[in-house]
Amino acid sequence: MTDKSMTTIDQQQQYEQEKRKQEMKQQVITFALMIIFTIVAFGMVMAELPKLFVIPIMLILAAVQVGFQLYYFMHMSHKGHEMPSMMFYGGVFAAFLTILALVVLVWW
Amino acid sequence: MSTLVANEKKGFGSTIWDYLTTVDHKKIAILYLIAGGFFFLLGGLEALAIRVQLIKPMNDFVSAGFYNELITMHGTTMIFLAAMPLIFAFMNAVVPLQIGARDVAFPFLNSLGFWLFLFGGILLNVGWFTGGAADAGWTAYTPLSTTSPGHGVDYYVLGLQISGAGTLMGGINFLVTIINMRAPGMTYMRMPLFTWTAFVASALILFAFPALTVGLFLMMFDRMFDSVFFDAAMGGNSVIWQHLFWIFGHPEVYILILPAFGIFSEIIATFSKKRLFGYTAMVFATVLIGFLGFMVWAHHMFTVGMGPAANSIFAVATMAIAVPTGIKIFNWLFTLWGGNIQINTAMLWALGFIPSFTIGGMTGVMLAAASADYQYHDTYFVIAHFHYVIVGGVVFGLLAGTHYFWPKMFGTILDETLGKITFWLFFIGFHMTFFIQHFLGLMGMPRRYWVFLEGQGLDLGNLISSIGAFLMGIATIILLINVVKTSVKNEKVGADPWDARTLEWAIPSPPPFYNFKQLPLVRGLDPLWIEKTEGRKGMTPAEPLGDIHMPNNSFLPFIMSVGFFIAGLGFIYQKDNLAWLSAVFIGMGIALGCMLVRSLKDDLGYHIHKEDLQKEAKE
Amino acid sequence: MSEQDVLNPKHMPSNPEQATLEGKNKFLGFWFFLGGETVLFASLFGTYLALRDSTNGGASSQDLFGLELVFIMTMLLLTSSLTSVYAMYHMKNNDFKRMMIWLGITVALGLGFLGFEIYEFVHYIHDYEFTMRSSAFGSAFYTLVGFHGGHVVFGLSWIIALMFRNAKRGLNLYNAPKFYIASLYWHFIDVVWVFIFTVVYLMGVL
Repeated sequence: MTDKSMTTIDQQQQYEQEKRKQEMKQQVITFALMIIFTIVAFGMVMAELPKLFVIPIMLILAAVQVGFQLYYFMHMSHKGHEMPSMMFYGGVFAAFLTILALVVLVWW
Repeated sequence: MSTLVANEKKGFGSTIWDYLTTVDHKKIAILYLIAGGFFFLLGGLEALAIRVQLIKPMNDFVSAGFYNELITMHGTTMIFLAAMPLIFAFMNAVVPLQIGARDVAFPFLNSLGFWLFLFGGILLNVGWFTGGAADAGWTAYTPLSTTSPGHGVDYYVLGLQISGAGTLMGGINFLVTIINMRAPGMTYMRMPLFTWTAFVASALILFAFPALTVGLFLMMFDRMFDSVFFDAAMGGNSVIWQHLFWIFGHPEVYILILPAFGIFSEIIATFSKKRLFGYTAMVFATVLIGFLGFMVWAHHMFTVGMGPAANSIFAVATMAIAVPTGIKIFNWLFTLWGGNIQINTAMLWALGFIPSFTIGGMTGVMLAAASADYQYHDTYFVIAHFHYVIVGGVVFGLLAGTHYFWPKMFGTILDETLGKITFWLFFIGFHMTFFIQHFLGLMGMPRRYWVFLEGQGLDLGNLISSIGAFLMGIATIILLINVVKTSVKNEKVGADPWDARTLEWAIPSPPPFYNFKQLPLVRGLDPLWIEKTEGRKGMTPAEPLGDIHMPNNSFLPFIMSVGFFIAGLGFIYQKDNLAWLSAVFIGMGIALGCMLVRSLKDDLGYHIHKEDLQKEAKE
Repeated sequence: MSEQDVLNPKHMPSNPEQATLEGKNKFLGFWFFLGGETVLFASLFGTYLALRDSTNGGASSQDLFGLELVFIMTMLLLTSSLTSVYAMYHMKNNDFKRMMIWLGITVALGLGFLGFEIYEFVHYIHDYEFTMRSSAFGSAFYTLVGFHGGHVVFGLSWIIALMFRNAKRGLNLYNAPKFYIASLYWHFIDVVWVFIFTVVYLMGVL
């Protein structure tokens, strides 16, 4: 390898390191948001707010948190995650139907 | 480790050792074929025993309890231990070749999947020798299954759990193989239809099997550790099992039928000498069937009492599946139309399949009408329906595939005369057995009863049905004779005996263990056919000759499966005697130990060197 | 070039986990496996939701659950998710030592979580005589939460085994995918826990 190509590799790596650093900052912010969401959810329950109000909001908070996990912590927002997200959402679809059926269609 | 070991003559012992440790998808395919074939014969014997029992009114060929075991094990064996592995046999043998890959994505997991299936299957059948096999129906509805005395259902639970884990691994393996390992130029829309159907079926495996896993765990806890999921007295609910079972169970039938559709698509295109009509529509229909397949499971439960709204939704969704299936039927017919049709055994199975499966599809739409289903439910009409789709679709597909892919797997060609005799006997026997059952069902004969009464108009129908079953039995024996005869004669055929269209026929039969010396350049759908029409003999390589990386053989999958098998026995018998818990610990110890070894010991594989490949080419 | 040279390049690529075909396969296969795991947990959640009021006259979720413990457990697991992100960050920068440190912290937090969970189960069994045999609710609760706990145990053993195995030889293209998918697994465990604390505990005390 010539010296010239070595320097380009170094530059490339430096650039990528910088990019990852930025991303890491984002992830820390994401983490802070997740903690806040969790505290809000626990707080709402402890404050004994009405059930019909708390449950939907709690579920939404949970869904957003999971989105954070998937897209930021598990890097699903990165390139090359088309197939993983397709199959993962396939699983989510089957999961949704399963839960729906067991909640709605099981009588007792 | 770079010599071409596979070319040397080997002794019997080392051949056995080779198969026990192999990670080569082509050898695993042969293992699947042998094991699946064995269980197919076993399930067939059980079916014959059922038909002998029902040959005349009030027969006493078997006892009522044994009859329950027969029907349970017939269904379970045929679905999980015969049809699934035979499908995997062809997927292993053909899919990597069709996409121009040297190997599968996870050769180790592939072999683990096989051994788990085999030991799970054996565990399921151990019950016969230890006081009775499972006897709660292949659907194992609770509370019948949770209160069934003895250990039969325990074997069902653990056997299916182990073999189900193997199937899941196989599914993931094929998904990744098809996505990551396609040859240069092999885009998604150039993949042969068998590969497409294998892909969609694998996705269905991935999403459907976990529901069964959970269902089986719940049943295992209820039976072995006194939990109360399905015990209404303690607040449990038996409908949960039905949902979990069918959330798995309905996609399962598409897992079986889709690859069979793929096999027929290959055969019909090859022997019509035409490009498959409506390839894009076929792919679309395959994906759509897979998608809709997840939203129809509750049509097995119309009479449970889910209410008219739920019943209507599932009825409509079920009927909707007839649309993509209809698209496929018409595309096959249009492929035949105007084609230069050559009729041989494989083609006969394909031609026999179209009307047989269509009948099964039509009774399917009848059963989908929820209000009418209250009449059909649990009668022989249902039996007739699902045997028309599973035998007329899946088994015909597997037998067609056996004839079509045999040259690629073994390098010999199955005898045509015997093959045609098999087809006609089986085809006639099949329709004799099951067509009449539609009417028996409509007359009110319930399924799963071990006797029927005289003078209710059921005698003649059942006699005809039993005679048909024996014809199918004879046809199967002739197929076995055919296999033995062909293997003994051992007349080798060339790479492309059918003048076929897809990549697997571009390499020698049977293929070398590295499949493609140089990866082929794919220039369109039916790549081999394109090259042939342009006057070339084989594929244009996409790369210069180079070293080929291959995975190492491993004995771990076998040991790991033995470990799970031992643990399974331990789980079953710790109910009687807690000393058996030691078997659980030993078995799980072996299995987890193998996992640890696999995880910690580097397995980098080896290279076949360029020079050796060149030397081999000269010989 | 020998195998060792290929797996230990002079310049580590910025995505070492996907630099080899084997790595790519593992990455994809593991994501698909997680798709299947989603259905597995959905089946358990569905079963739990169907049975959560079937207490058979015994202890109910309102009697049992205390939020303080669950809050601590949630914080531990959430934080461990962030620390494993840090570990992967350092892996991509080819900083093996820091990666190991962050993985160590992840394991410590995970062990803390596990300890609390075991304490919780023992507490229910001893002080309330609430087992998986007491009611359908009990069966469903222990199975769902226990399955998650089992995943935690497996994930911890996996990460610890990887750390010991590779402590001396550092990062290469062969073990990078292993570390990466172990961390994906760990995140998935956290994803499931988010729904468990919401659906089981928070909705349980309401």
